[in-house]
Amino acid sequence: MIPTIFTNARLIDPEKGTDTIGTLAIKDGVIAGPQGLDGATQIDCDGKCLAPGIVDIGVKVSEPGERHKESFRTAGLAAAAGGVTTIVTRPDTLPAIDTPEVLEFVRRRANEAAPVNVLPMAALTRGREGREMAEIGFLLDAGAVAFTDCDRVTENPKVFSRCMTYAAALGALVVAHPQEPTLSAGAAATSGKFAALKGIPAVSPLAERMGLDRDIAIVEMTGGRYHADQITTARAVVRLQRAKEAGLDVTAGVSIHHLTLNELDVGDYRTFFKVKPPLRSEDDRLAVAEAVATGVIDVISSMHTPQDEESKRLPFEEAASGAIGLETLLPASMRLYHAGQIDLPGLWRALSLNPAKRLGLSSGRLAPEAPADLVLFDPDAPFVMNRFKLQSKSKNTPFDEARMEGRVLDTWVAGERINVAPISDV
Amino acid sequence: MSFRARHLLGIEHLAPDEITTLLDLADTYVDLNRRDVKHDTALTGLTQINMFFENSTRTQASFEIAGKRLGADVMNMNMQASSTKKGETLVDTALTLNAMHPDLLVVRHPNSGAVNLLAQKVNCAVLNAGDGRHEHPTQALLDALTIRRAKGRLHRLTVAICGDISHSRVARSNIHLLGKMENRIRLVGPPTLMPSGAAEWGVEVCNTMEEGLKDADVVMMLRLQKERMDGAFIPSEREYYHRYGLDAKKLSHAKGDAIVMHPGPMNRGVEIDSTIADDINRSVIQDQVEMGVAVRMAAMNLLARNLHSKHEDNGVMV
Repeated sequence: MIPTIFTNARLIDPEKGTDTIGTLAIKDGVIAGPQGLDGATQIDCDGKCLAPGIVDIGVKVSEPGERHKESFRTAGLAAAAGGVTTIVTRPDTLPAIDTPEVLEFVRRRANEAAPVNVLPMAALTRGREGREMAEIGFLLDAGAVAFTDCDRVTENPKVFSRCMTYAAALGALVVAHPQEPTLSAGAAATSGKFAALKGIPAVSPLAERMGLDRDIAIVEMTGGRYHADQITTARAVVRLQRAKEAGLDVTAGVSIHHLTLNELDVGDYRTFFKVKPPLRSEDDRLAVAEAVATGVIDVISSMHTPQDEESKRLPFEEAASGAIGLETLLPASMRLYHAGQIDLPGLWRALSLNPAKRLGLSSGRLAPEAPADLVLFDPDAPFVMNRFKLQSKSKNTPFDEARMEGRVLDTWVAGERINVAPISDV
Repeated sequence: MSFRARHLLGIEHLAPDEITTLLDLADTYVDLNRRDVKHDTALTGLTQINMFFENSTRTQASFEIAGKRLGADVMNMNMQASSTKKGETLVDTALTLNAMHPDLLVVRHPNSGAVNLLAQKVNCAVLNAGDGRHEHPTQALLDALTIRRAKGRLHRLTVAICGDISHSRVARSNIHLLGKMENRIRLVGPPTLMPSGAAEWGVEVCNTMEEGLKDADVVMMLRLQKERMDGAFIPSEREYYHRYGLDAKKLSHAKGDAIVMHPGPMNRGVEIDSTIADDINRSVIQDQVEMGVAVRMAAMNLLARNLHSKHEDNGVMV
């Protein structure tokens, strides 16, 4: 492979916390360093940003079961177009990815079809039903990078604590959805003035804190490795911080939608804004953005959840939850940067470095020997989002027709340039 | 004369002058409805379809009579026993009906926002006859007309809305309407049936009837659904009646000439005492039913006019 050297690049290094103009060379699929290399192809970045590719924890690819919503091919293309070089997939498929055999199928499909790195998570319990443990050991051997029942909470604390204990012994990471499940049953919005006026069944934002409190107690009890998929409320942030200060092995993520949208965006029952947990108040949104900037919340994810038109074109209560996000993650994140809430190295700590570290990957950084997974982007380029130009099979984005700033220009995975017309090239 | 709305989906997006226009027209229909020959030709040649996805006798009958008195061809569709049971989506049902060229579509649906969704997919005027716990605009309008006729005005009144606020679309539409017309609104009910965030609606929230009814001009009782009575939201029917049922003693806290309203059907002995409900000096419950027909005639007439003006004006702003 011919080495490549990026010159005149604005290098975003989340590890060093720097944002400087410089040079970066890559060779044999890994980063070589800032020095020039003989015979290298030169790419003049024209002062645009070069950062580690995004590592996105919690992407739903609808294989097996619902390939009409998203396949590994389309998810991979969407990821590349959005500067996401590693997708960490969710097991909430049909059937759930809860046996080594299904996991094997997923890995084979992913390798054939997706142009980016795909790392699968597996179900924590069989069928994600919260009753019997999945074969955590076998699944780990087969390549599962973490265990999760996704948005289903393991209601029975005895079952959850045993899963945590077993996973802890194997050093496996458990990703959970902090939420009090009986309190939030049937809810489609966050309780408050807006949801009550619109007559949408709603749940108190405190249900998230209650769920997190229980999970933290079980982490304390079992010594397990725990990652909360989404922390979206100010009150849960406080508990998360306390658990970290107590030395527990706890990390947390947040979806880009909860960082950039609030409950009022639902407006007159716009179902593309129905996500799980529901969008929160503006106060909560600001608190969560602050928690990302200070590092209390470790990871930003797209929580990419493809839904076809039929599952969304329904009365709000009946419509499916979830929004796609692979291609809009980077431009939407730029809203936080442009609002002055976080700098670019800080943003990339949450988008690439922290998720990679949490999963034990060597990517997510610009250091020598790290994989040459890179994204080149223009943080200031404006465009108007058109959902029909997205690579994803499903078009359920809440950013349709939104004015955005920040275009992905190019993506490299293990030193290979991925030729996908990014969304912003419209 | 101003009424600009294309659909009547809720009170939230109506302007005060539109409300007044509608009530003024409804007043004339009250007179018409009291004559021997109750007929007008405002909707002659137009087709009105009543689509009820949720049980209703009173509202459906009221809309049907209103349409017939104005000369519309009225069709009732009981959607509970229909194609939705065969898996057809709401949007497909709407498109199917739309192809039959109705002019007025009256819709009731158990989900909040469902009527808004449907209105986006059809060409005709849509009237919301109640969607989930969101809005029931014609109920609020008939309540407003009843209040205006009984009190001589529709502003600067103290109105107590009592009971299950949380699950009530009637309460929400009334809060919008009475607020737009500059009245003082009190919500009274057990905290388990009070929506969170209600205090931010520009109303006063009261947990006792004594506090809520004090010096009220209008006492509006809401129906308590049977399925909410047993332990889930309130301990028991009898405790509810004791604390929140409207009887003479509780009503004595209101003004001496306060009127009592109820959207029906009533649970006598649960939310309202029979002697109050039947007291012709206080209760305007039967008037509400009468006003209901007049208000629905007015609403359909105004929407039908906008339906025509849309074609005649051909895009010219008027």
